Amino acid sequence: MGKLARMLTATRGRGRMDWTDWASYLYLVLGTLLMLGPVVWLGLSSLKSPSGLIEFPPTLLPQEQARATVPNYPNPLPLYRITKGDHAGQTLAEVRKIGLQATMVDPAGPETLIRVPVDDRAKVMRFHAAWDNYTDLMRKFDFGRYLWNSVFITTVATIITLLMNSMAAFALSKYRFAGRDAVFLLMLATLMIPPTIILVPNYLIAAVLGLTDNPWGVIWPAVATPTGVFLLRQYMLTLPDDLIEAARMDNASEWRIYWKIVLPLSRPALAVLAIFSVMWRWNEFLWPMVVLGRNEKFTLPLALNSFQGELTTQWNYLLAMTVVTLVPVTVIFAFLQRQITQGIASAGVK
Amino acid sequence: MTVSNPNIATSGAARVFGRLYGAVMNLPERPMRWAQAALPDGRLGWLFVGPNLLIFGIFTFLPIVIDFYYSGTGGTNLLPTDRPWVGPENFASLLDCKNYLDPNSCVRDQFWYAIWNTAEFVVLQVSLMLVFSLITALVLNRKIIGRGFFRAAFFYPVLLSPVVVALIWKWVLQRDGVLNAAFIAGGLDPVDWLLNARSAFGWTVFVSIWAHMGFYTLILLAGLQAIPADIYEAAAMDAAPPFRVFRRITLPLLMPSVLVVLVLGLIRAVQIFDEVYVLTGGGPGSATTYLVEFIYNTGFSSQVRQYGLAAAASLLLAGVLLVLTLIQLRGMRGKGDTRG
Repeated sequence: MGKLARMLTATRGRGRMDWTDWASYLYLVLGTLLMLGPVVWLGLSSLKSPSGLIEFPPTLLPQEQARATVPNYPNPLPLYRITKGDHAGQTLAEVRKIGLQATMVDPAGPETLIRVPVDDRAKVMRFHAAWDNYTDLMRKFDFGRYLWNSVFITTVATIITLLMNSMAAFALSKYRFAGRDAVFLLMLATLMIPPTIILVPNYLIAAVLGLTDNPWGVIWPAVATPTGVFLLRQYMLTLPDDLIEAARMDNASEWRIYWKIVLPLSRPALAVLAIFSVMWRWNEFLWPMVVLGRNEKFTLPLALNSFQGELTTQWNYLLAMTVVTLVPVTVIFAFLQRQITQGIASAGVK
Repeated sequence: MTVSNPNIATSGAARVFGRLYGAVMNLPERPMRWAQAALPDGRLGWLFVGPNLLIFGIFTFLPIVIDFYYSGTGGTNLLPTDRPWVGPENFASLLDCKNYLDPNSCVRDQFWYAIWNTAEFVVLQVSLMLVFSLITALVLNRKIIGRGFFRAAFFYPVLLSPVVVALIWKWVLQRDGVLNAAFIAGGLDPVDWLLNARSAFGWTVFVSIWAHMGFYTLILLAGLQAIPADIYEAAAMDAAPPFRVFRRITLPLLMPSVLVVLVLGLIRAVQIFDEVYVLTGGGPGSATTYLVEFIYNTGFSSQVRQYGLAAAASLLLAGVLLVLTLIQLRGMRGKGDTRG
């Protein structure tokens, strides 16, 4: 019990590794496998050909049956390793298969035909990544359209979010005006109103404004994030007012003060908000599903969802699409891990 | 943003972007100057808050009002003017049960299946997630080689789209999936994980913990690191036994963070939708149909779109969330459910 307790309390271990250290590493390694393993498995699987995918038990790496070009035969022939009988240990190419007997040749001496029972041989496999799973996406599924829809919505919504939220935060942190505190409280209150409970009326409003089946229907309702206003306001409060006063002395307009002084100084907070906004919009699902009824307006998550209903027999494409959807987020995380985790830890934002 | 930064504005593309940005941002200069001269002092703030407030008004405050109106109307028309007023009928039918513990005895049996499923889901998911994120945070708070990597590994799934999360696990869990392959290799029979009511429920709990745990781990880790080291040093001086140190120092000082995790976790678990919708579609039967999915199905997915009923169910959900939020506000001041 004492040892367990030390494991729970220690902030800094010292000296040799004791069993609590081993337990910690074991926990972390197993946890990491559980967290990343399925994602890696998805990535590997997405490079398998349809025949590789239905192989059971599944192989770790994408493979295909090796083939060899044999003189006198126009197409490359599939290779087998013979496990039993006279030719055991030899690698032969299959010419044809009739019932339980296969007619095979030795690629080195293609003149003699050899008959082998099909149970006495095993396929020769070699590593093969089926990149056409990815290239086919563009040709067969109009995947570029969904990609573009997602990129457009994410980019535009993030730009508008940064602009609007920073303007509001500027006013709420650097001005005194009647009703300011009420406005701030009102915005904070919207933190408490989850989008799920206003789904129905928001759909009505989008319909009345002509925003259904329209990327702007996803963009507009999302841009005024209370989180963003809160985050930026807290940051701008720490900026010294002297700078602003000095600019006013120089007869700078209030708008100029906002975008020439306050915005550049708020860059760290803006960066955090930009990252979050990109993640939110890229991953958003329920609201786009409600507001975007038509297939060609779909974002990536929506396209993925509709394909997973239709393509149950074509997992190779579904897996490739899934990988394409998770790659941007993964890249962002790889480069901006510190900003993301610090932003979350300090503001409790997700 | 880039314009005044000499480090960034070096490449040609950045300079072009900087020019463009400057030109665009200069556009409001004249109207704003005019407004500055025309408006009495202090009113200018409204111009800056205005756009944001307008969006809030249209897409957050107005919808709440409409929500209440909708919940008292029937029919399937979208426009409020075309909807007949039915009064409290929607609420009455949702709450009409002979025995609240038995959804089959209710007029809206799907609603009550969703309620009980959600209740079970929330209790299991939040408690397990709290335990595992606490253990993970405590382990990550130790002196560990490769701490940054492990922390990133546990956090990574948080950033994935719920649809991606669901498909990753669907691929693992399908009948010919890698989990069943492992089962067969271990001499066990394969299981149709998502076609069996109890195991499908269990997997929705597991997958949602998998996807969100890293976020809560991070909050707890920040809480742990905020505990001053000298308190531990003082305890070490008094040769306090480690378990007592954990109970008397770590746990009490971590309590505010635990509370944040608990309430945020509750608020989000009650609204679970995306991952589960893609993973199981609410099935088999209604074994994994949770509240938000009921609202979505009622209002949007079926041929008969019962907006009034969906709005009424939304308001009942809002009531639950309000209670949770009030608990949260009492627990610690200032930190809300900070979601976009």
